[in-house]
Amino acid sequence: MKLEKKVLHLLERDAKLSPKTIATMLEEDEQKIIDIIKKLEDEKYILGYNTIINWERLGEDGVTAMIDVKVTPEREFGFNNVAERISRFPEVRCVYLMSGTYDLSVTVCCKTMKEIAWFVSHKLSTLEQVQSTTTHFVLKRYKQDDFLFEEPVTDKRLVVSP
Amino acid sequence: MSSMSRYITNVVRELPPSGIRKFFDLVTQTEGVISLGVGEPDFVTPWHIREACFYSLEKGYTMYTSNMGLLELREEIALYEQKKINVTYDPENEILVTVGVSEAVDLALRALVGPGDEVLIPEPCYVSYTPGTTLTYGKPVPLMTYEADEYRLRPDILEQAITPKSKVLILPYPTNPTGGIMKEEDLKALVDIIIKHDLIVLSDEIYSELTYEGEHVSIASFPGMKDRTVVFNGFSKAFAMTGWRIGYACGHPDIISAMNKIHQYTIMCAPIMSQQAAIEALRHGEGEMRKMVDNYNYRRKLMLSGFREIGLTCFEPRGAFYCFPSIKSSGMNSEEFCERLLQEEKVAVVPGNAFGQCGEGYIRCCYAASVSNIEEAIERMGKFLSRHKKG
Repeated sequence: MKLEKKVLHLLERDAKLSPKTIATMLEEDEQKIIDIIKKLEDEKYILGYNTIINWERLGEDGVTAMIDVKVTPEREFGFNNVAERISRFPEVRCVYLMSGTYDLSVTVCCKTMKEIAWFVSHKLSTLEQVQSTTTHFVLKRYKQDDFLFEEPVTDKRLVVSP
Repeated sequence: MSSMSRYITNVVRELPPSGIRKFFDLVTQTEGVISLGVGEPDFVTPWHIREACFYSLEKGYTMYTSNMGLLELREEIALYEQKKINVTYDPENEILVTVGVSEAVDLALRALVGPGDEVLIPEPCYVSYTPGTTLTYGKPVPLMTYEADEYRLRPDILEQAITPKSKVLILPYPTNPTGGIMKEEDLKALVDIIIKHDLIVLSDEIYSELTYEGEHVSIASFPGMKDRTVVFNGFSKAFAMTGWRIGYACGHPDIISAMNKIHQYTIMCAPIMSQQAAIEALRHGEGEMRKMVDNYNYRRKLMLSGFREIGLTCFEPRGAFYCFPSIKSSGMNSEEFCERLLQEEKVAVVPGNAFGQCGEGYIRCCYAASVSNIEEAIERMGKFLSRHKKG
Protein backbone atom coordinates (compact mmCIF):
# COMPACT_ATOMS: atom_id res chain seq x y z
CA MET A 1 0.00 0.00 0.00
CA LYS A 2 3.07 2.26 0.36
CA LEU A 3 3.41 2.88 -3.37
CA GLU A 4 -0.36 3.33 -3.71
CA LYS A 5 -0.25 6.02 -1.04
CA LYS A 6 2.55 7.85 -2.84
CA VAL A 7 0.50 7.81 -6.05
CA LEU A 8 -2.55 9.09 -4.17
CA HIS A 9 -0.58 11.95 -2.57
CA LEU A 10 0.73 13.04 -5.96
CA LEU A 11 -2.71 12.86 -7.59
CA GLU A 12 -4.35 14.66 -4.70
CA ARG A 13 -2.11 17.65 -5.37
CA ASP A 14 -2.39 17.48 -9.15
CA ALA A 15 -4.87 15.16 -10.84
CA LYS A 16 -3.46 16.04 -14.26
CA LEU A 17 -0.14 14.25 -13.68
CA SER A 18 0.19 11.56 -16.34
CA PRO A 19 0.97 7.96 -15.37
CA LYS A 20 4.25 8.36 -17.26
CA THR A 21 5.27 11.39 -15.16
CA ILE A 22 4.27 9.65 -11.94
CA ALA A 23 6.19 6.55 -12.98
CA THR A 24 9.33 8.61 -13.59
CA MET A 25 8.99 10.49 -10.31
CA LEU A 26 8.63 7.28 -8.33
CA GLU A 27 11.12 5.29 -10.43
CA GLU A 28 8.47 2.73 -11.34
CA ASP A 29 7.25 1.15 -14.52
CA GLU A 30 4.56 3.15 -16.34
CA GLN A 31 2.27 0.13 -16.81
CA LYS A 32 2.51 -0.59 -13.08
CA ILE A 33 1.33 2.96 -12.29
CA ILE A 34 -1.52 2.67 -14.82
CA ASP A 35 -2.61 -0.58 -13.14
CA ILE A 36 -2.39 0.95 -9.66
CA ILE A 37 -4.50 3.96 -10.64
CA LYS A 38 -7.09 1.72 -12.27
CA LYS A 39 -7.23 -0.48 -9.19
CA LEU A 40 -7.60 2.55 -6.90
CA GLU A 41 -10.41 3.82 -9.10
CA ASP A 42 -12.13 0.43 -9.32
CA GLU A 43 -11.96 -0.08 -5.59
CA LYS A 44 -13.25 3.46 -4.99
CA TYR A 45 -10.18 4.74 -3.18
CA ILE A 46 -10.23 7.38 -5.90
CA LEU A 47 -13.85 8.53 -6.09
CA GLY A 48 -13.41 10.95 -8.96
CA TYR A 49 -11.54 13.96 -10.30
CA ASN A 50 -12.84 17.48 -10.43
CA THR A 51 -11.65 20.98 -11.18
CA ILE A 52 -11.62 23.99 -8.91
CA ILE A 53 -12.99 26.91 -10.88
CA ASN A 54 -13.26 30.55 -9.99
CA TRP A 55 -16.77 31.03 -11.41
CA GLU A 56 -17.07 34.49 -9.86
CA ARG A 57 -14.37 35.70 -12.24
CA LEU A 58 -16.52 34.59 -15.16
CA GLY A 59 -19.41 36.58 -13.77
CA GLU A 60 -21.44 33.49 -12.90
CA ASP A 61 -23.70 34.33 -9.97
CA GLY A 62 -24.32 30.93 -8.37
CA VAL A 63 -25.31 30.84 -4.71
CA THR A 64 -23.87 28.53 -2.09
CA ALA A 65 -25.40 27.97 1.32
CA MET A 66 -24.23 26.00 4.31
CA ILE A 67 -27.18 24.67 6.24
CA ASP A 68 -27.00 23.46 9.83
CA VAL A 69 -29.56 20.71 10.25
CA LYS A 70 -30.85 19.21 13.50
CA VAL A 71 -32.28 15.74 12.98
CA THR A 72 -33.82 13.00 15.07
CA PRO A 73 -31.67 9.90 14.83
CA GLU A 74 -33.46 6.63 14.07
CA ARG A 75 -33.22 3.36 15.92
CA GLU A 76 -30.79 0.97 14.17
CA PHE A 77 -29.68 3.57 11.61
CA GLY A 78 -28.64 6.60 13.71
CA PHE A 79 -28.02 9.51 11.37
CA ASN A 80 -27.08 7.44 8.33
CA ASN A 81 -30.47 7.04 6.68
CA VAL A 82 -31.39 10.67 6.75
CA ALA A 83 -27.87 11.81 5.81
CA GLU A 84 -27.85 9.50 2.80
CA ARG A 85 -31.28 10.67 1.81
CA ILE A 86 -30.22 14.32 1.93
CA SER A 87 -27.05 13.46 -0.01
CA ARG A 88 -29.10 12.23 -2.97
CA PHE A 89 -30.41 15.67 -3.91
CA PRO A 90 -28.28 16.86 -6.85
CA GLU A 91 -28.03 20.43 -5.49
CA VAL A 92 -26.40 19.09 -2.30
CA ARG A 93 -22.60 19.18 -2.66
CA CYS A 94 -21.38 18.06 0.79
CA VAL A 95 -22.95 16.41 3.81
CA TYR A 96 -21.05 16.03 7.08
CA LEU A 97 -22.11 14.69 10.49
CA MET A 98 -20.93 17.23 13.04
CA SER A 99 -20.25 17.34 16.75
CA GLY A 100 -21.77 20.27 18.64
CA THR A 101 -25.08 22.11 18.59
CA TYR A 102 -26.45 20.64 15.36
CA ASP A 103 -26.09 17.31 13.59
CA LEU A 104 -25.60 17.62 9.84
CA SER A 105 -23.80 20.30 7.87
CA VAL A 106 -25.21 20.43 4.34
CA THR A 107 -23.65 22.49 1.56
CA VAL A 108 -26.02 23.40 -1.27
CA CYS A 109 -25.28 25.12 -4.57
CA CYS A 110 -28.05 26.65 -6.71
CA LYS A 111 -28.44 29.40 -9.30
CA THR A 112 -30.42 31.78 -7.09
CA MET A 113 -31.25 32.37 -3.43
CA LYS A 114 -34.88 31.59 -4.27
CA GLU A 115 -33.95 28.10 -5.41
CA ILE A 116 -32.11 27.47 -2.16
CA ALA A 117 -35.04 28.79 -0.15
CA TRP A 118 -37.34 26.48 -2.10
CA PHE A 119 -35.03 23.51 -1.51
CA VAL A 120 -34.93 24.18 2.25
CA SER A 121 -38.64 24.76 2.65
CA HIS A 122 -39.93 22.07 0.29
CA LYS A 123 -37.32 19.32 0.36
CA LEU A 124 -35.17 19.52 3.45
CA SER A 125 -37.46 20.78 6.23
CA THR A 126 -40.23 18.47 5.17
CA LEU A 127 -38.23 15.31 5.85
CA GLU A 128 -39.77 13.79 8.92
CA GLN A 129 -36.47 13.36 10.83
CA VAL A 130 -35.48 17.02 10.33
CA GLN A 131 -36.24 19.12 13.40
CA SER A 132 -34.85 22.48 12.33
CA THR A 133 -32.52 24.19 9.85
CA THR A 134 -30.33 27.30 9.94
CA THR A 135 -29.19 28.55 6.53
CA HIS A 136 -25.96 30.54 6.03
CA PHE A 137 -25.27 32.00 2.60
CA VAL A 138 -21.70 32.15 1.38
CA LEU A 139 -20.76 35.75 0.57
CA LYS A 140 -17.29 35.22 -0.84
CA ARG A 141 -14.83 32.37 -1.30
CA TYR A 142 -11.23 32.97 -0.30
CA LYS A 143 -9.74 29.50 -0.32
CA GLN A 144 -10.99 26.14 -1.44
CA ASP A 145 -9.15 22.80 -1.52
CA ASP A 146 -5.75 24.50 -1.12
CA PHE A 147 -6.33 27.18 -3.75
CA LEU A 148 -6.51 30.87 -2.97
CA PHE A 149 -9.12 32.74 -5.00
CA GLU A 150 -7.90 36.30 -4.73
CA GLU A 151 -4.20 36.11 -5.19
CA PRO A 152 -2.91 34.52 -8.38
CA VAL A 153 0.19 32.50 -7.56
CA THR A 154 3.14 33.99 -9.41
CA ASP A 155 6.79 33.04 -9.38
CA LYS A 156 8.44 36.01 -7.71
CA ARG A 157 11.99 34.65 -7.99
CA LEU A 158 14.72 36.25 -10.09
CA VAL A 159 14.90 34.33 -13.37
CA VAL A 160 18.57 33.51 -12.92
CA SER A 161 20.46 33.45 -9.63
CA PRO A 162 23.62 31.80 -8.32
CA MET B 1 39.04 53.93 -17.88
CA SER B 2 36.01 56.13 -17.20
CA SER B 3 36.43 59.16 -14.97
CA MET B 4 35.49 57.73 -11.60
CA SER B 5 36.59 54.12 -11.92
CA ARG B 6 40.21 55.17 -11.37
CA TYR B 7 39.23 55.61 -7.73
CA ILE B 8 38.24 51.96 -7.38
CA THR B 9 40.90 49.77 -5.79
CA ASN B 10 42.79 47.44 -8.09
CA VAL B 11 41.61 44.32 -6.35
CA VAL B 12 37.95 45.23 -6.85
CA ARG B 13 38.37 46.62 -10.35
CA GLU B 14 40.04 43.43 -11.48
CA LEU B 15 37.50 41.15 -9.84
CA PRO B 16 35.55 39.55 -12.71
CA PRO B 17 31.79 40.12 -12.52
CA SER B 18 29.75 37.01 -11.82
CA GLY B 19 29.19 34.98 -15.00
CA ILE B 20 25.62 34.56 -13.86
CA ARG B 21 24.96 38.29 -13.87
CA LYS B 22 25.72 38.58 -17.58
CA PHE B 23 23.31 35.79 -18.36
CA PHE B 24 20.66 37.23 -16.06
CA ASP B 25 20.52 40.42 -18.15
CA LEU B 26 20.09 38.38 -21.30
CA VAL B 27 17.21 36.35 -19.85
CA THR B 28 15.30 39.35 -18.51
CA GLN B 29 15.27 40.83 -22.02
CA THR B 30 13.47 37.76 -23.41
CA GLU B 31 9.72 37.21 -23.02
CA GLY B 32 7.97 33.94 -22.21
CA VAL B 33 11.02 32.16 -20.84
CA ILE B 34 10.85 28.93 -18.83
CA SER B 35 13.62 29.37 -16.33
CA LEU B 36 15.65 26.50 -14.95
CA GLY B 37 18.25 29.09 -14.03
CA VAL B 38 17.19 29.90 -10.50
CA GLY B 39 19.22 29.00 -7.45
CA GLU B 40 16.48 28.93 -4.85
CA PRO B 41 13.42 26.89 -3.78
CA ASP B 42 10.13 27.37 -5.64
CA PHE B 43 8.24 27.15 -2.37
CA VAL B 44 7.31 30.24 -0.41
CA THR B 45 8.44 30.10 3.24
CA PRO B 46 5.94 27.91 5.15
CA TRP B 47 3.12 30.00 6.58
CA HIS B 48 3.74 29.16 10.23
CA ILE B 49 7.25 30.61 9.91
CA ARG B 50 6.01 33.79 8.25
CA GLU B 51 3.30 34.05 10.88
CA ALA B 52 5.83 33.73 13.72
CA CYS B 53 7.65 36.71 12.21
CA PHE B 54 4.46 38.82 12.13
CA TYR B 55 3.80 37.93 15.73
CA SER B 56 7.29 38.95 16.81
CA LEU B 57 6.81 42.31 15.06
CA GLU B 58 3.46 42.77 16.78
CA LYS B 59 5.14 42.14 20.11
CA GLY B 60 7.66 44.85 19.29
CA TYR B 61 10.78 42.81 18.55
CA THR B 62 12.35 45.42 16.30
CA MET B 63 15.69 46.04 17.99
CA TYR B 64 19.31 44.86 17.77
CA THR B 65 20.18 41.48 19.18
CA SER B 66 23.50 40.45 20.65
CA ASN B 67 26.20 40.33 17.97
CA MET B 68 26.25 36.56 18.11
CA GLY B 69 22.48 36.38 17.59
CA LEU B 70 19.61 35.60 19.97
CA LEU B 71 20.75 33.04 22.54
CA GLU B 72 17.41 31.26 22.09
CA LEU B 73 18.22 30.77 18.40
CA ARG B 74 21.78 29.64 19.08
CA GLU B 75 20.42 27.06 21.53
CA GLU B 76 18.06 25.74 18.87
CA ILE B 77 20.93 25.64 16.35
CA ALA B 78 23.05 23.67 18.83
CA LEU B 79 20.25 21.11 19.27
CA TYR B 80 19.73 20.90 15.52
CA GLU B 81 23.42 20.38 14.67
CA GLN B 82 23.78 17.83 17.45
CA LYS B 83 20.98 15.83 15.91
CA LYS B 84 21.95 16.47 12.30
CA ILE B 85 25.73 15.94 12.27
CA ASN B 86 26.33 14.59 15.76
CA VAL B 87 28.67 17.40 16.81
CA THR B 88 28.05 19.40 19.99
CA TYR B 89 28.52 23.16 19.86
CA ASP B 90 28.26 25.48 22.85
CA PRO B 91 25.61 28.11 22.09
CA GLU B 92 27.53 30.59 24.25
CA ASN B 93 30.68 30.84 22.18
CA GLU B 94 30.74 28.35 19.32
CA ILE B 95 27.82 29.57 17.20
CA LEU B 96 27.50 32.85 15.29
CA VAL B 97 24.27 33.88 13.56
CA THR B 98 24.94 35.67 10.28
CA VAL B 99 23.21 37.34 7.34
CA GLY B 100 23.03 34.16 5.30
CA VAL B 101 25.86 31.69 4.76
CA SER B 102 27.33 34.21 2.31
CA GLU B 103 28.25 36.51 5.16
CA ALA B 104 29.59 33.64 7.25
CA VAL B 105 31.88 32.51 4.42
CA ASP B 106 33.15 36.06 3.96
CA LEU B 107 33.81 36.43 7.71
CA ALA B 108 35.68 33.15 7.89
CA LEU B 109 37.83 33.96 4.87
CA ARG B 110 38.66 37.41 6.28
CA ALA B 111 39.42 35.99 9.70
CA LEU B 112 41.59 33.13 8.43
CA VAL B 113 43.16 34.12 5.12
CA GLY B 114 45.88 36.75 4.73
CA PRO B 115 48.06 37.84 1.81
CA GLY B 116 49.55 34.84 0.04
CA ASP B 117 47.62 32.20 2.01
CA GLU B 118 46.24 29.55 -0.27
CA VAL B 119 42.60 28.51 -0.22
CA LEU B 120 41.78 25.18 -1.82
CA ILE B 121 38.44 25.28 -3.62
CA PRO B 122 36.84 22.24 -5.31
CA GLU B 123 35.27 23.28 -8.61
CA PRO B 124 32.69 23.53 -10.11
CA CYS B 125 31.34 25.35 -7.07
CA TYR B 126 29.22 28.23 -5.87
CA VAL B 127 30.40 31.59 -7.18
CA SER B 128 31.55 33.38 -4.03
CA TYR B 129 34.51 31.41 -2.62
CA THR B 130 37.07 32.52 -5.22
CA PRO B 131 36.30 36.27 -5.18
CA GLY B 132 35.97 36.10 -1.38
CA THR B 133 39.51 34.75 -1.22
CA THR B 134 40.83 37.32 -3.69
CA LEU B 135 39.35 40.14 -1.60
CA THR B 136 41.42 39.04 1.41
CA TYR B 137 44.53 38.95 -0.81
CA GLY B 138 44.66 35.19 -0.48
CA LYS B 139 45.31 32.89 -3.39
CA PRO B 140 42.41 30.74 -4.63
CA VAL B 141 43.61 27.31 -5.75
CA PRO B 142 40.98 25.43 -7.78
CA LEU B 143 40.74 21.68 -7.22
CA MET B 144 39.22 19.89 -10.19
CA THR B 145 36.36 17.50 -9.60
CA TYR B 146 34.99 15.30 -12.33
CA GLU B 147 31.74 13.84 -13.55
CA ALA B 148 33.39 10.39 -13.54
CA ASP B 149 33.95 10.78 -9.76
CA GLU B 150 30.42 12.14 -9.30
CA TYR B 151 32.09 15.47 -8.45
CA ARG B 152 33.55 14.13 -5.21
CA LEU B 153 36.85 15.64 -4.14
CA ARG B 154 39.53 12.97 -4.64
CA PRO B 155 42.25 12.70 -1.98
CA ASP B 156 45.03 12.51 -4.60
CA ILE B 157 43.86 15.76 -6.20
CA LEU B 158 43.76 17.46 -2.81
CA GLU B 159 47.20 16.23 -1.83
CA GLN B 160 48.80 17.27 -5.11
CA ALA B 161 47.53 20.84 -4.72
CA ILE B 162 48.84 21.34 -1.18
CA THR B 163 51.87 23.61 -0.68
CA PRO B 164 53.42 25.04 2.48
CA LYS B 165 51.14 28.05 1.99
CA SER B 166 47.91 26.03 1.91
CA LYS B 167 45.75 27.08 4.83
CA VAL B 168 42.07 26.60 4.13
CA LEU B 169 40.07 23.92 2.33
CA ILE B 170 36.53 24.68 1.30
CA LEU B 171 34.16 21.70 1.29
CA PRO B 172 30.84 22.76 -0.22
CA TYR B 173 28.83 19.52 -0.17
CA PRO B 174 26.11 18.85 -1.32
CA THR B 175 27.33 21.03 -4.14
CA ASN B 176 25.76 23.78 -6.17
CA PRO B 177 25.90 23.46 -9.23
CA THR B 178 26.47 19.71 -9.67
CA GLY B 179 24.35 18.10 -6.94
CA GLY B 180 27.35 15.96 -5.95
CA ILE B 181 27.70 14.79 -2.34
CA MET B 182 30.51 13.39 -0.21
CA LYS B 183 29.65 10.17 1.58
CA GLU B 184 31.20 9.13 4.86
CA GLU B 185 33.96 7.08 3.21
CA ASP B 186 34.77 9.91 0.78
CA LEU B 187 35.26 12.34 3.65
CA LYS B 188 37.21 9.80 5.69
CA ALA B 189 39.75 9.56 2.88
CA LEU B 190 40.46 13.30 3.26
CA VAL B 191 40.77 13.51 7.04
CA ASP B 192 44.38 12.31 7.40
CA ILE B 193 45.57 14.66 4.65
CA ILE B 194 43.78 17.60 6.24
CA ILE B 195 45.30 16.89 9.66
CA LYS B 196 48.78 16.11 8.29
CA HIS B 197 48.90 19.45 6.46
CA ASP B 198 47.24 21.40 9.28
CA LEU B 199 44.39 22.74 7.13
CA ILE B 200 41.27 24.52 8.34
CA VAL B 201 38.08 23.31 6.65
CA LEU B 202 35.20 25.61 5.77
CA SER B 203 32.32 23.19 5.34
CA ASP B 204 29.39 24.86 3.58
CA GLU B 205 26.46 22.58 4.37
CA ILE B 206 23.62 24.84 3.24
CA TYR B 207 22.17 22.06 1.07
CA SER B 208 22.60 19.32 3.69
CA GLU B 209 18.86 18.73 4.21
CA LEU B 210 18.51 18.20 0.48
CA THR B 211 20.36 14.87 0.47
CA TYR B 212 18.34 12.22 -1.33
CA GLU B 213 20.31 9.08 -0.67
CA GLY B 214 21.57 8.22 2.77
CA GLU B 215 22.19 10.79 5.49
CA HIS B 216 24.31 13.88 5.18
CA VAL B 217 27.67 13.50 6.94
CA SER B 218 29.81 16.44 8.04
CA ILE B 219 33.61 16.37 8.07
CA ALA B 220 33.37 18.03 11.52
CA SER B 221 32.07 14.76 12.96
CA PHE B 222 35.35 12.86 12.40
CA PRO B 223 37.79 12.52 15.31
CA GLY B 224 40.19 15.48 15.44
CA MET B 225 38.14 17.51 12.96
CA LYS B 226 35.73 19.54 15.09
CA ASP B 227 38.26 22.21 16.11
CA ARG B 228 39.67 22.64 12.63
CA THR B 229 36.31 22.83 10.86
CA VAL B 230 33.90 25.73 10.59
CA VAL B 231 30.45 24.41 9.68
CA PHE B 232 28.12 26.76 7.79
CA ASN B 233 24.43 26.20 7.50
CA GLY B 234 21.31 28.27 7.19
CA PHE B 235 17.62 28.38 6.48
CA SER B 236 17.46 29.41 2.82
CA LYS B 237 17.36 26.04 1.17
CA ALA B 238 15.83 23.65 3.72
CA PHE B 239 13.08 26.02 4.89
CA ALA B 240 12.66 28.05 1.68
CA MET B 241 13.87 31.23 3.37
CA THR B 242 16.33 32.73 0.86
CA GLY B 243 15.08 36.31 1.15
CA TRP B 244 15.30 36.32 4.94
CA ARG B 245 19.11 36.24 4.73
CA ILE B 246 19.74 34.14 7.79
CA GLY B 247 22.47 31.59 8.37
CA TYR B 248 25.14 30.67 10.88
CA ALA B 249 28.64 29.37 11.50
CA CYS B 250 29.69 26.82 14.12
CA GLY B 251 33.29 26.29 15.13
CA HIS B 252 36.08 26.66 17.66
CA PRO B 253 35.51 29.63 20.03
CA ASP B 254 38.75 31.31 18.87
CA ILE B 255 37.64 31.29 15.24
CA ILE B 256 34.03 32.20 15.99
CA SER B 257 35.12 35.12 18.18
CA ALA B 258 37.48 36.36 15.44
CA MET B 259 34.63 36.17 12.94
CA ASN B 260 32.36 37.93 15.40
CA LYS B 261 34.87 40.78 15.66
CA ILE B 262 34.45 41.55 11.95
CA HIS B 263 30.70 40.87 12.11
CA GLN B 264 30.18 43.37 14.95
CA TYR B 265 31.89 46.19 13.06
CA THR B 266 30.27 45.52 9.69
CA ILE B 267 26.83 43.98 10.28
CA MET B 268 26.21 44.34 14.02
CA CYS B 269 23.68 41.52 14.02
CA ALA B 270 21.38 39.59 11.71
CA PRO B 271 17.87 41.13 11.49
CA ILE B 272 15.85 40.19 14.56
CA MET B 273 12.71 39.32 12.57
CA SER B 274 14.67 36.78 10.55
CA GLN B 275 16.13 35.36 13.74
CA GLN B 276 12.65 34.99 15.25
CA ALA B 277 11.45 33.23 12.11
CA ALA B 278 14.48 30.94 12.23
CA ILE B 279 13.62 29.87 15.79
CA GLU B 280 10.14 28.90 14.59
CA ALA B 281 11.63 27.01 11.62
CA LEU B 282 13.90 24.93 13.87
CA ARG B 283 11.21 24.27 16.48
CA HIS B 284 8.27 23.41 14.25
CA GLY B 285 9.45 23.37 10.64
CA GLU B 286 10.58 19.80 10.16
CA GLY B 287 7.28 18.44 8.84
CA GLU B 288 6.92 21.06 6.11
CA MET B 289 10.59 20.73 5.28
CA ARG B 290 10.34 16.96 4.78
CA LYS B 291 7.40 17.50 2.41
CA MET B 292 9.43 19.95 0.36
CA VAL B 293 12.40 17.56 0.21
CA ASP B 294 10.15 14.70 -1.00
CA ASN B 295 8.80 17.01 -3.62
CA TYR B 296 12.27 17.98 -4.89
CA ASN B 297 13.19 14.32 -4.99
CA TYR B 298 10.25 13.51 -7.32
CA ARG B 299 11.25 16.30 -9.64
CA ARG B 300 14.91 15.31 -9.50
CA LYS B 301 13.99 11.95 -10.96
CA LEU B 302 11.74 13.56 -13.54
CA MET B 303 14.45 15.90 -14.80
CA LEU B 304 17.21 13.31 -14.76
CA SER B 305 15.17 10.79 -16.71
CA GLY B 306 14.00 13.51 -19.12
CA PHE B 307 17.58 14.56 -19.91
CA ARG B 308 18.67 11.01 -20.46
CA GLU B 309 15.72 10.47 -22.81
CA ILE B 310 16.71 13.39 -25.02
CA GLY B 311 20.28 12.13 -25.14
CA LEU B 312 22.08 14.31 -22.61
CA THR B 313 24.51 12.43 -20.39
CA CYS B 314 23.97 13.38 -16.79
CA PHE B 315 25.32 11.84 -13.61
CA GLU B 316 22.70 11.31 -10.94
CA PRO B 317 22.77 14.25 -8.54
CA ARG B 318 22.20 13.10 -4.96
CA GLY B 319 21.90 16.47 -3.28
CA ALA B 320 20.83 20.12 -3.69
CA PHE B 321 18.29 20.83 -6.46
CA TYR B 322 20.31 20.87 -9.64
CA CYS B 323 21.14 18.59 -12.54
CA PHE B 324 24.43 19.20 -14.30
CA PRO B 325 24.23 17.50 -17.69
CA SER B 326 27.01 17.47 -20.28
CA ILE B 327 26.25 19.36 -23.48
CA LYS B 328 29.41 18.25 -25.28
CA SER B 329 27.36 16.28 -27.83
CA SER B 330 26.08 19.61 -29.20
CA GLY B 331 29.55 20.73 -30.20
CA MET B 332 28.93 24.10 -28.54
CA ASN B 333 30.59 25.56 -25.50
CA SER B 334 28.48 26.25 -22.40
CA GLU B 335 27.82 29.93 -23.02
CA GLU B 336 26.99 29.49 -26.69
CA PHE B 337 24.65 26.60 -25.82
CA CYS B 338 22.83 28.63 -23.18
CA GLU B 339 22.50 31.74 -25.34
CA ARG B 340 21.18 29.84 -28.34
CA LEU B 341 18.85 27.70 -26.24
CA LEU B 342 17.42 30.90 -24.80
CA GLN B 343 17.03 32.58 -28.20
CA GLU B 344 15.69 29.57 -30.07
CA GLU B 345 13.62 27.74 -27.46
CA LYS B 346 13.22 30.26 -24.64
CA VAL B 347 14.60 28.01 -21.95
CA ALA B 348 17.02 29.56 -19.46
CA VAL B 349 19.75 27.41 -17.94
CA VAL B 350 23.09 28.51 -16.50
CA PRO B 351 26.41 27.87 -18.28
CA GLY B 352 28.56 25.49 -16.24
CA ASN B 353 31.69 27.60 -16.61
CA ALA B 354 30.06 30.26 -14.39
CA PHE B 355 31.04 27.87 -11.57
CA GLY B 356 34.68 27.45 -12.55
CA GLN B 357 36.56 26.50 -15.70
CA CYS B 358 36.02 22.77 -15.22
CA GLY B 359 32.28 23.41 -15.55
CA GLU B 360 32.86 24.08 -19.25
CA GLY B 361 30.87 21.68 -21.39
CA TYR B 362 28.06 21.45 -18.82
CA ILE B 363 24.93 23.39 -17.89
CA ARG B 364 23.20 23.83 -14.55
CA CYS B 365 19.47 23.15 -14.53
CA CYS B 366 17.41 23.71 -11.40
CA TYR B 367 14.51 21.35 -10.76
CA ALA B 368 12.86 23.64 -8.20
CA ALA B 369 10.33 24.35 -10.96
CA SER B 370 6.80 23.10 -11.60
CA VAL B 371 6.36 19.64 -13.12
CA SER B 372 4.74 21.13 -16.21
CA ASN B 373 7.61 23.59 -16.68
CA ILE B 374 10.20 20.85 -16.29
CA GLU B 375 8.44 18.68 -18.87
CA GLU B 376 7.95 21.56 -21.29
CA ALA B 377 11.59 22.69 -20.90
CA ILE B 378 12.88 19.18 -21.57
CA GLU B 379 10.73 18.89 -24.68
CA ARG B 380 12.08 22.18 -26.00
CA MET B 381 15.65 21.17 -25.19
CA GLY B 382 15.07 17.90 -27.04
CA LYS B 383 14.05 19.81 -30.16
CA PHE B 384 17.03 22.10 -29.79
CA LEU B 385 19.42 19.17 -29.46
CA SER B 386 18.09 17.27 -32.45
CA ARG B 387 18.59 20.39 -34.59
CA HIS B 388 22.14 20.88 -33.37
CA LYS B 389 23.51 17.39 -32.95
CA LYS B 390 27.19 17.44 -33.81
CA GLY B 391 28.17 15.59 -37.02
